[in-house]
Amino acid sequence: MKPPILSVRDLVVEFPTRRGTLRALDHVSFDIAEGEVLGMVGESGAGKSLTGAAIIGLLEPPGRVASGEIWLRGERIDNLPREKMRRIRGRRIGMVFQDPLTSLNPLYTVAEQLIETIRTHMDVSDKEARKRAVALLDRVGIPAAARRIDDYPHHFSGGMRQRVVIALALCAEPELVIADEPTTALDVSVQAQIIDVLKEICAERGASVMLITHDMGVIAETADRVAVLYAGRLAEIGPVRDVIQAAEHPYTAGLMGSIPTLTQTAERLTQIPGSMPRLNAIPQGCAFNPRCTKAFDRCFRDQPDLIPRADGRQVACWLYETAKSEVSNG
Amino acid sequence: MSDIIKKPEPGRVARAWDSDISYSFRKSPLAIVAAGVSLLIILAAIFAPWIAPHDPFNPATLNLMDGFTPPMEPNQFTGNTYWLGTDNQGRDVFSTILYGARISLFVGFMAVAFAMVLGITLGLIAGYRGGWVDSLLMRVADVQLTFPSILLALLIFGVARGFIPPAYREAMAIWVLIVAIGLSEWVQYARVVRGATMVEKSKEYVQAARVIGAHPAKILIRHILPNVMGPVLVIATIGLALAIIAEATLSFLGVGVPSTQPSLGTLIRIGQGFLFSGEWWILLFPSLTLLALALSVNLLGDWLRDALNPRLR
Amino acid sequence: MADVLLSVEGLTRRFDVSKPWLNRVIEREGKQFLTATEDVGFEIKRGETFALVGESGSGKSTIAKMIVGLLEPSAGVIKFDGQEMDFASGAAMRTLRRRFQMIFQDPFASLNPRWRVEDIIAEPIHTFGLLRGAEVSNEVGRLLDLVGLSAADGTKFPHEFSGGQRQRIAIARALSSKPEFIVCDEPTSALDVSVQAQILNLMRDLQDEFGLTYLLISHDLSVVRHMANRIGVLYLGRLVEVAESKRLFTDPQHPYTRMLLDAVPDLALSGRRRMPVTGEIPNPINPPSGCTFHPRCPKVMDICRREVPRITTTATGTAECHLLTTEDAT
Repeated sequence: MKPPILSVRDLVVEFPTRRGTLRALDHVSFDIAEGEVLGMVGESGAGKSLTGAAIIGLLEPPGRVASGEIWLRGERIDNLPREKMRRIRGRRIGMVFQDPLTSLNPLYTVAEQLIETIRTHMDVSDKEARKRAVALLDRVGIPAAARRIDDYPHHFSGGMRQRVVIALALCAEPELVIADEPTTALDVSVQAQIIDVLKEICAERGASVMLITHDMGVIAETADRVAVLYAGRLAEIGPVRDVIQAAEHPYTAGLMGSIPTLTQTAERLTQIPGSMPRLNAIPQGCAFNPRCTKAFDRCFRDQPDLIPRADGRQVACWLYETAKSEVSNG
Repeated sequence: MSDIIKKPEPGRVARAWDSDISYSFRKSPLAIVAAGVSLLIILAAIFAPWIAPHDPFNPATLNLMDGFTPPMEPNQFTGNTYWLGTDNQGRDVFSTILYGARISLFVGFMAVAFAMVLGITLGLIAGYRGGWVDSLLMRVADVQLTFPSILLALLIFGVARGFIPPAYREAMAIWVLIVAIGLSEWVQYARVVRGATMVEKSKEYVQAARVIGAHPAKILIRHILPNVMGPVLVIATIGLALAIIAEATLSFLGVGVPSTQPSLGTLIRIGQGFLFSGEWWILLFPSLTLLALALSVNLLGDWLRDALNPRLR
Repeated sequence: MADVLLSVEGLTRRFDVSKPWLNRVIEREGKQFLTATEDVGFEIKRGETFALVGESGSGKSTIAKMIVGLLEPSAGVIKFDGQEMDFASGAAMRTLRRRFQMIFQDPFASLNPRWRVEDIIAEPIHTFGLLRGAEVSNEVGRLLDLVGLSAADGTKFPHEFSGGQRQRIAIARALSSKPEFIVCDEPTSALDVSVQAQILNLMRDLQDEFGLTYLLISHDLSVVRHMANRIGVLYLGRLVEVAESKRLFTDPQHPYTRMLLDAVPDLALSGRRRMPVTGEIPNPINPPSGCTFHPRCPKVMDICRREVPRITTTATGTAECHLLTTEDAT
């Protein structure tokens, strides 16, 4: 088994406020294997975007990594000085942001932005950089790339812009691409195209992808494994098919039941009562216990560990601790 | 659907004390001092009739022989002692400062109120209606901004003088002053309110009110106005300081309040004439008071602007 | 057969997006118009949920705004319960306005942040003069209860509530004037999936209890399938297909509908074969000639480039497509 590209261990991200310290990520641990697409799914406030930001070193102060380790192919990157992190960002980790309108500088042509990025991270001439840029744009599906590379971002439509952003993220040939809600701002018909492009081009270059989204459908189509976040904690992580079709964590199960699909026939959608707790009001024990229909006394006392299950799946739920606990309370 | 763990709800006062604004205030020594100084002067001015040892506006109580008495020294003719001395007409400087501050503050507040009402009204209309109404009002505002405010006030003063018969001039002087200063300041309120109105107008709560057929005036006053008041308060606080100084300037130039009811500006004008002949106290104390007042109000406005900054949301 | 509550015919709206007069004179450009909707016609029967579905530029929000009187149509007729809606006349419209309401997309912007919740909900009651004094607060309490909040929440301000709770407040406000017809403009698009399930279930329950008629605007086909009885599909301002809800998904008549269905991510992981989506939505200021869908249509014919298709009746409803008017359809 090859070592994982990315390894996150017990990551804790905190926000000191005048009312106390808020823990936005609480001992989150996961790996991303080489060439794999890991989906990071959760509702707003669950901490998925923060995870991406923490990995690439772009946490907005006063947020900070309080403890934990982030390893990129065997090297520790969470405690690097700013200059070193800057070099890793872009070269070894690429990022695709949500809003293509604001992630491209409107004052520079696409060529200038691509070439600048390529030359920052790789030692090539201007001409060579331009050749690579055009080839990349062509690969992401921009028609007449050689001509359009000199256009400004506002000359492109939304979907085309997002393709440019993907090209920008991949131009320095990173090992890991973090995509934060890459399709949320796009129309449905364009979403499918962008997801396909992202998946293909990353597979081609052997780059792993961390796909952050709230849209389970996108995960189902794209990811190999999926991690479900709830209130800053990892609830469940495992192969996509298993988690979606046979969710083990009560939150994941509730989530899947509440999504309307094109094929389901239920009259009412499953609804999970209540809402995700605010960061300053996380209950003791398992964060989901107020809303869980299967909670029992241990759930109110201890925060559950990630319990390993079949096929590489892990669930943070006391229901699965041992066979005994399944018998004691359903 | 119930909330899970219910802590007892804090009361309204507790929530206000704990809010971001009051926290910001408590943590800023500058804001506290500025607020303290302005409050002190304002209260002293309000209670002037009870605090002041003498009434400087009543000519009957004045004694010319009391004039030019230095502070805390008995007058060589009458033997009276005055804390801050007397001016050329025998008015007790301390009392005159108190009464003068009263006038300055009155004119300042009223001028700001007038400018606010005018500016907010025009800004709301311009922002909501758009089109030619907006263009017209903004061009008027632009033209007015090309005139320096003091010149504008002088102009209005001159025009008013032409209209008002001499008998009423003294009584009306203060109101003309208020209108003059107010008219020179309304534009900044109008601009800010117009911009904020245009933003709020497109928000869905305004559309919801339009769907049920609410009258546009009601939408403007009850829906939009409360949401555009934030920056207005900041401008008003700093505007108050500017209005006070404007009044002092006009009085200094001799076109403000009549000299029988001197304000701080008048005192400064009088005092300036005697500075180099040795009666320094007539100039110094009113100037210090004006400085303290204008500066503290200005600093308070600065703090308020930072405290209301959207970054705190 | 249930009677028709709302009927729309030939609804058209053009926006003048020309540059200012001086610019046009100097640059010698003509006036430019954006046709947001063109010749849209449909009927909504009492008690049903009719959905308008489309991507950006389809004109669905414009239609919603014209129906409730926020925008004036450039052409066309809107009839509510047989009465023509003339928004210019004051008094006649007042009685009609009581009978319909609107729920908006953004739960943060649709409630006045400076008003207390009880005032927000009571505003329609006061505007229409329905109740007075203590009766008003009783009614407000009852409405809050109805939507799943508590009467004590009336004294709070909107920012003290979460997105889902605010949408409930918006629903309570919409119900306070006891309307028959509610236009819902993307009511759950800004909400998390689990909260969306709560709100959709609530809307269904309220519809059953009060016999409400809904016009549901959405870009999400799955939501629309769950909620609507009949669905209209919009493309670039034209209604390309109208069909009964379930049958739209099993037997789509228009190529665009088929493309849209293919683009929806497959949560069931059924591995269904999907046709790749082509192209993007064209610029609405310069739409393609003839049938505006022809550049992206996999079955384009010559006539499609020249003529706008007419409405034809199909097995499932109506559609505008040349394929259906030539001898053998699809």
